[in-house]
Amino acid sequence: MFLQVILTGALIGSVYSLVAVGLTLVWGLMDIINFAHGDMMMISMYTVFWLYTLLKFDPFVSLPISAGITALLGVLIYKFVIKRVVNAPGLMALLATFGLSLFIRNFAQFLWSPNYRFVGESILSGKRIFLADLIIGLPQLAAALGSIVMTFLIALFIKKTKTGKAIQATAQGRDIAELMGVNTEKIYAITFALSGICVGVAGTLLSGIFPVYPEAGAMYGLLAFVIVALGGFGNIWGAFYAGILIGLTEALGGFYLGTQFKYALAFLIYLLVLQFRPKGLFGW
Amino acid sequence: MLRVDRLTVGYDSVPVIFDVSFSIQEGELVSIVGSNGAGKSTILRTISGLLKPFSGTIEFMGHRIDKLPAHQIVKLGIAHVPEGRHVLGKMSVKDNLLMGAYTINDKIEIQRLLDEMYELFPRLKERENQKAETMSGGEQQMLAIARALMSKPKLLLVDEMSLGLMPLMVDKVLEVLKEVNKKKGLTILMVEQKVQEALEIADRGYILQTGKIVAHGTGRELLESDLVKKAYLGM
Repeated sequence: MFLQVILTGALIGSVYSLVAVGLTLVWGLMDIINFAHGDMMMISMYTVFWLYTLLKFDPFVSLPISAGITALLGVLIYKFVIKRVVNAPGLMALLATFGLSLFIRNFAQFLWSPNYRFVGESILSGKRIFLADLIIGLPQLAAALGSIVMTFLIALFIKKTKTGKAIQATAQGRDIAELMGVNTEKIYAITFALSGICVGVAGTLLSGIFPVYPEAGAMYGLLAFVIVALGGFGNIWGAFYAGILIGLTEALGGFYLGTQFKYALAFLIYLLVLQFRPKGLFGW
Repeated sequence: MLRVDRLTVGYDSVPVIFDVSFSIQEGELVSIVGSNGAGKSTILRTISGLLKPFSGTIEFMGHRIDKLPAHQIVKLGIAHVPEGRHVLGKMSVKDNLLMGAYTINDKIEIQRLLDEMYELFPRLKERENQKAETMSGGEQQMLAIARALMSKPKLLLVDEMSLGLMPLMVDKVLEVLKEVNKKKGLTILMVEQKVQEALEIADRGYILQTGKIVAHGTGRELLESDLVKKAYLGM
């Protein structure tokens, strides 16, 4: 049973990781915490839901569409909100993204009501594999594998491509990057698009497992913040490991202490780690 | 090649440069010297587009550049080695150099430039895969200059390269600058607090005091002028 709990935690933890990677990208580049991050994910879940309900699209078919929509949403958030506050004192950006989060959430509620909705069927729903004593739901497995692949692709993009290196350079100094010919405005927009793709993919993968409602992204946004802080701000692989850690904590806490304590335990770990390593477990 | 005309510029609407005019011909090595706080860096930051003039114009090879963003000015052929070097500390030496060639798309050309830099600065070849922040100040200065040269500039701006370097290293860097100027014909504008060294290698120089140009002439003329002798060389 212990192994089953560990497995469940690791699977959901990988999805947390992907959400957190999106958040840490923006933080690492611009020192901005985007509080609307989780709400972008909720938009992706609704995209999948409506494509399923109206057009009978399987969530896996919807993936590129929902990821594209959140990428676009990321760019719009940058152009219309972040760009105006990026050079203002830090609190300004914080308040702006917080307000944006409330707006997106309530707008979703206005449009689609606060009711829980479910994506009834996907090619994987209800399917599971048995491995010795372990039961692995295929939707959960797909969500975890998809998230790991996506995290890996993002890390590879940042490390290897010319645009990725320009993102690194911009993170180390906007003026310096400009002096090398980098259009940093464009780099900011691209990074918000990447961040949007992360939550877009995560939201799609989760929509087959969890209900879709306006507050659906809220807890993920909060957990992503905790994970980013644990992993070391701006550190992609740090966010990845910290995401798994939080997934495991949640699963073990939920199983041994009761499900009502599972988030409490995750936040307790966060408080403890910040006491002893304020720059996170993997921060420098 | 570069003409700065009646430039006034500063920070948050407080000017620090007043009505400054000067020009640079192709192939020249020109030094702007002055003490700390005279506004030397501000002039370079305005030429490369990081600051926008309050008034006045900057022309480069016949084009007005004073309203362009910095990343477009690089493409026109001006490279800026910023004060304090500012290498990309978390990236390897090689990646730093490749970032310098960001505006160039031809892979073969980039490789050729890379080889050229390694020839000019053999030390960088040895440290190719090392993180830039682990190098000494002098090596980082070499890297910052090499990185700027990777963009194939027509005009190189060098800001206070002597800052925090030991005298031996300063001489070494000056030597390199003289070499790329004389052998490769690269036009260089440097600003320096080390008045003597900067005027010795310069074809021409300008003296900047609290935001105004108070004297100009050939490097030798300025070194022998009473103003420089009294104010900067303590003679």
